[in-house]
Amino acid sequence: MDYGLLSSILHAVLVASTPLVFAGLGALIQERAGVLNLGIEGLMIVGALAGFATALSGFPILISIIAAALAGALLASIFALLVLRLYANPVATGLALTLFGLGLSALAGAQYVGQAAPQVDAWNIPILSHLPIAGHALFSHDPLVYLSISLAVLMWWFITKSRAGLILRAVGENHSAAHALGFSVTRIRFLAIITGGALAGIGGSYLTLVQTPLFVEGMTAGRGWIALALVVFASWRPLRVIVGAYLFGSVSIIQLHGQALGVSVASQWLSMLPYLVTIGALVIIAGRGNFSHKAPGSLGVTFRESK
Amino acid sequence: MKKSNLVIGLLVLVAVIAAIVSFEPSETKKTAAVSDKVKIGFVYVGPVADAGWTYEHDRGRLAVEAEYGGKVETVFVESVSEGPDAERVIAQMASDGANAVFTTSFGYMNPTIKVAQQFPDVKFEHATGYKRADNVATYSSRFYEGRHVLGLIAGKMTKSNTIGYIASFPIPEVVRGINAAYLAAKSVNPDVKFKVIWVSTWFDPGKEADAAKALIDQGADILMQHTDSAAPMKIAEERGIYAFGQASDQAAYGPNAQLTAIIDDWAPYYVRRAGDLINGTWSSTDTWGGFDTGMVALAPYGKAVPDDVKAMAEEARKAITEGRLHAFTGPVNKQDGSPWLKSGETADDGTLLGMNFYVEGIEGSLP
Repeated sequence: MDYGLLSSILHAVLVASTPLVFAGLGALIQERAGVLNLGIEGLMIVGALAGFATALSGFPILISIIAAALAGALLASIFALLVLRLYANPVATGLALTLFGLGLSALAGAQYVGQAAPQVDAWNIPILSHLPIAGHALFSHDPLVYLSISLAVLMWWFITKSRAGLILRAVGENHSAAHALGFSVTRIRFLAIITGGALAGIGGSYLTLVQTPLFVEGMTAGRGWIALALVVFASWRPLRVIVGAYLFGSVSIIQLHGQALGVSVASQWLSMLPYLVTIGALVIIAGRGNFSHKAPGSLGVTFRESK
Repeated sequence: MKKSNLVIGLLVLVAVIAAIVSFEPSETKKTAAVSDKVKIGFVYVGPVADAGWTYEHDRGRLAVEAEYGGKVETVFVESVSEGPDAERVIAQMASDGANAVFTTSFGYMNPTIKVAQQFPDVKFEHATGYKRADNVATYSSRFYEGRHVLGLIAGKMTKSNTIGYIASFPIPEVVRGINAAYLAAKSVNPDVKFKVIWVSTWFDPGKEADAAKALIDQGADILMQHTDSAAPMKIAEERGIYAFGQASDQAAYGPNAQLTAIIDDWAPYYVRRAGDLINGTWSSTDTWGGFDTGMVALAPYGKAVPDDVKAMAEEARKAITEGRLHAFTGPVNKQDGSPWLKSGETADDGTLLGMNFYVEGIEGSLP
């Protein structure tokens, strides 16, 4: 294999993985606060449409990303209202959010089908981008790729090192205890949900702004569900979300290149491979039975103040 | 045994009586329909705005309305999933007084047949299937004729001699397209190579885009696809290479990249069949139309296509339309080297409909 191709493959892996990093982090922050949000897919596609529509109206990439984040946050706030204030079942509400997001984006997005967004320029990092192989593969990306990695590091710092992160974890681990200590469980969960919604929205917008880049209804094609699996795979740790997303991206990209290179493996197997790897990793993690890999204690449990 | 025979016999008797009883009202209904508007229903698998498969079916529906104006009334239901839901929608249309229902996806085959048995007076038309009945006709297009022309253009225009092909599932329809395009490309460029990636999906823009990038990174300078989104076209445009549109004109996504596109034009067929319904001359038929019926069409050639290539493509299209040329004409061997078509022999429809092998020269194996 020539080095140019290797570099291209690595580049493609980072691009294919980035929506998963954003969406995975978006799901993770909510789950660390004890909120199980199955609406990630719906949040992603709404963000995808918002980002695309904004870019199409001539706004710069930064504004488009903010629009995607806002759209995700707005939709997530509906979920928050239903789950936190009206005590709706989070699993059913999350599923409904996915269906609602898909339908809403299809309705509002019909007029954008067939249009092309402006291309997002790569940020070539000085000096590093001129390195052989790694230069193109790692340091010649659009700003969102760097943002996704920075966000994961930031979230790691926030959750493990900051006081606010400690409170967030307390709410996720045992909301009754956190409540007894005087923390507002509802407020903290609300903030986690809209932050997560914003991140999922950005993840979706990466699909429409960079990866494909066009909008068609239903184009997230299950990535929101993969993001949810990634959080478990990462045992609720932000940096491991990156590892998981890149692992997933690598397997999907390498199987495509393998086919084009004439590697004779049934494509159905290759399509299954990313999922098999995820399941395999889950089994290994579960087998260790380590306390630190446990899900947040109050995950998916409805909190009522009267209790 | 005897008891069950008796039951079956009774059931048959009841069915016969029921048929005789229902015969009279159906006659009156038929005469009433001639003076009334003919109502035609369409069931779509995707949204009308999918810019591909369903979009083209809906254009066919609109053509029917434009052609017959006040004589027809059309209704449609979009995004109907294949399965029990489809049966409900089709039955609903039939009981709402539709005189004919077009079901436009392969997966509607069994629901269509089932509903057709319940509504013997309603005519049904099922796209791309193979089960027919007295009131169920089938229709499909010879897209491979279009693929032949695409292959000629690709073979002439590639500089890297590498064509990238994004394929969905290894069903005969898709395999036929790859073979037709490859044979045509090879006939004008002996050095041409096809790289095929199977993405195992009809619609996942992200994955289709990734596959397009992988093919380009591996040297393909022209892309063909048999998946439903325009993402590969968009990637081709960004990377400055060429591509062919799928199902619909995708020039909006690749103003420089699109060389031409295969267009599934259902309008001529729908207009003809609607006319048959209005005149009362409808009968159950099996239509597999190509360039000759207008069901397969090509988008305008892109500006990158040189005049001599255009002329060659047009000549091939004309020859196919007039029946002078068949996309599968011998000598052709199968991939393993065993002979398939003798010199001058053309493929029969049966083999084409069940095609499950690559022709000689294509690398890789079918998944």
